[in-house]
Amino acid sequence: MNTHQFEVIVIGAGGAGLMAGLYASKTARTAIISKLYPTRSHTGTAQGGIGAALGNIEEDHPEWHTYDTVKGSDYLGDQDAIEFMCEEAVPAIYELEHMGLPFDRTLDGKISQRPFGGHTNNNTGKPVRRACHAADRTGHMILQTLYQQCLKNNVTFFDEYQVVDLLMVDGKAAGVVAIELATGEMHVFHAKAVIFATGGHGRIWEITSNAYAFTGDGPAITMRRGLPLEDMEFFQFHPTGIYKLGILITEGVRGEGGILINGKGERFMEKYAPRVKDLASRDVISRAIYMEIRDGNGVNGRNYVYLDVRPESVNKYAALDGRKNLDGSPVNVTGEQILAKLPDIVDFCRVYLGVDPITQPMPIQPTAHYAMGGIPTNKFGEVITDEKNTVIPGLYAAGECACVSVHGANRLGTNSLLDLVVFGKHAGLRAAEFVRGAEFQPLPDEPTAFARAQFERIRNADGRENAFDIATTMKKVMFDDMGIFRSGKGMQNALQAVRELKERFKHVSVTDTGSIFNMELMNVWELGNLLDLAEVTTVSALARTESRGGHSREDYPERDDKNWLKHSLAFVDEKGRIDLKYKPVVMTKYEPKVRTY
Amino acid sequence: MEVTLKIFRYNPEKDKKPSYKTYKLEAHETDRVLDLLEKVKGYQDGTLSFRRSCAHGICGSDAMRINGMNHLACKTLVRDTGTKITVEPILGLRVIKDLIVDMKPFFDNYKQVMPWFVNNDPDPEKERLQSPEQRLRFDDTTKCILCACCTTSCPSFWGSEEYLGPAAFVSAHRFIFDSRDQAAGERLKLVNEVMGVSRCHTVFNCTMACPREIQITKAIGEIKAALVTGRLD
Repeated sequence: MNTHQFEVIVIGAGGAGLMAGLYASKTARTAIISKLYPTRSHTGTAQGGIGAALGNIEEDHPEWHTYDTVKGSDYLGDQDAIEFMCEEAVPAIYELEHMGLPFDRTLDGKISQRPFGGHTNNNTGKPVRRACHAADRTGHMILQTLYQQCLKNNVTFFDEYQVVDLLMVDGKAAGVVAIELATGEMHVFHAKAVIFATGGHGRIWEITSNAYAFTGDGPAITMRRGLPLEDMEFFQFHPTGIYKLGILITEGVRGEGGILINGKGERFMEKYAPRVKDLASRDVISRAIYMEIRDGNGVNGRNYVYLDVRPESVNKYAALDGRKNLDGSPVNVTGEQILAKLPDIVDFCRVYLGVDPITQPMPIQPTAHYAMGGIPTNKFGEVITDEKNTVIPGLYAAGECACVSVHGANRLGTNSLLDLVVFGKHAGLRAAEFVRGAEFQPLPDEPTAFARAQFERIRNADGRENAFDIATTMKKVMFDDMGIFRSGKGMQNALQAVRELKERFKHVSVTDTGSIFNMELMNVWELGNLLDLAEVTTVSALARTESRGGHSREDYPERDDKNWLKHSLAFVDEKGRIDLKYKPVVMTKYEPKVRTY
Repeated sequence: MEVTLKIFRYNPEKDKKPSYKTYKLEAHETDRVLDLLEKVKGYQDGTLSFRRSCAHGICGSDAMRINGMNHLACKTLVRDTGTKITVEPILGLRVIKDLIVDMKPFFDNYKQVMPWFVNNDPDPEKERLQSPEQRLRFDDTTKCILCACCTTSCPSFWGSEEYLGPAAFVSAHRFIFDSRDQAAGERLKLVNEVMGVSRCHTVFNCTMACPREIQITKAIGEIKAALVTGRLD
């Protein structure tokens, strides 16, 4: 058996994992394990910006950012953690810049900022320029910059190692088990502290912006080890995915003046969010698009609408809205300027749709995008194990796989990149501090037994079921019944379907019997993760008899603060039964109000 | 429509030498080659192995030779390939299994050019200032996703995998021409060594292959010019 020993093990090499590794490695022997080469991580696909109240272009304050985030979360976010994140945002952006991140610049050489959905001037209620950006590849630049800094600082990487189990001894983290993809061998990583930074699980849904790699490995692993998952019923559908493909079209398009148009040529967001219109928060806009399509207002009667960023449209609606340039002159953008600000978006549309956004509107539909729920942590990234916020010594989580919760029931655009930078850093710092005073737990006698059993079950299945079929059915039913709008009946249907699929999964076929890059075996194991998380998501959603943020029920259309202003914690026992508990939302100074944009 | 996929196959645990296998399947014009590979893997041959993640041209996992040219499988549509599609691993790196090659030499070369920001002055309280023009100077080379399409299309790299290759030069360029960076001199020295830019014969394969449309040959030319003139403007 291959056994390695590090003080801190980080799983995942996206923004959160790299930030955690960078900070932990300053004082502790640290390794980052990733199933992908680090630069392949999904952070790289984030486009529009990272939020921070720098006030580089107009007045802004971390308090405003905090309030917008609390409101965006539909009051389910923990206000102490949100306040912490929004305060930390400002130094975090300067730190990224000092690491060399090539942000776009204002004329006076500062970091440029653009408007984004739900980010407002709290005095006027109008959109504020808070999203710091590098064209429409901000995530790419964050990922590259952090990886470069890790190389500069000689951080140890295990690339293309799939972590498959968490080792816990006496209720404390003791390490992880991983499979080296190139050889198929199992490795044990003995550690004092383990940080999960494995990203999201959007591959549960049919139309998604998420990478193939987003199979919820971290939450699935910790759940199997008896740890709860928080707020799993809340998953964000981004309003603007490329029709049929789900590829993300950044909110930055609307930040740059783009507007949504239905099949009748109407700018329909005026009806749903009269104040900020196309820059309302994502849950609001996704619902609006869904309702437009349901009412027959899709383009050509189909299930998409248009996102229009043609210069003449941008200029026309800016004039109608009374929006002006900073110097007071009328907005008069050109095609070249749009291309310079959104080069990747233009490229995606040309390649995948044969549509040129400079001269044609883009057909879009909502796409499964972001997990608000995940492994429960406090604001230091420490994983908690119950409704009393009891910390598990040595276990941390950060980024999309974690639920702090700063996003509550709906995340604001630009806050995911901020989340992973801020909480990745603090999880790394906290873990490094923890290991200074901690001993290694002894490894269990058979550290790989639990992982091996999972893979033996897959390899020894009778093979009468096709994994691709199971995945396709799961994605479809989850998109239809666990999507933007939900109902008790639909969710019951989804639950039954997912449970049937879990039974079929016991008979799944793996034809590749080899050891070297057995991607079929790995992908089947990942599908098992998705199925487990689909079930937890559905059970958590069925129980919540209200509508809040990304969880919108046709049979319970109102938010119910009296009964549901609380986080769910889903526990799965050894027999696979799911038990739901709840814990209160942390409130500081923001009382829940009716949420309008 | 029906498409025919001819795929390079090699399983080191079973095969003495590589072979090509042919698969027929239904496809749409707008399908990505990656979609077709997924379908073959899902329904015809689960052992087919390749890397992929984001599936829209950003993560850089799925560089392969498609009808003889380096492309990302997720950014190449049936509409552009036609119905007869040959898929092979990128050249110049050891094939491990099917379309998966050993990326280590590629990343080792990348790491050699100091691909990280260097500025040893004390960090200012806020951001370092940089004008939009200074920022634009190296914009093109910030787009690199390290997919290796360029480097593995380069005859000099086929000759020796120790040749740093276009991707490493792109990364060097990104920092050399960043007004905030202080290590341009060191990087220029590194890319001027025996396995460096002098082995670039301006074949333009790299520029043709880049899925991010980076003007790679131009960037290498700017590095060469800086080496000659000692100037970075």
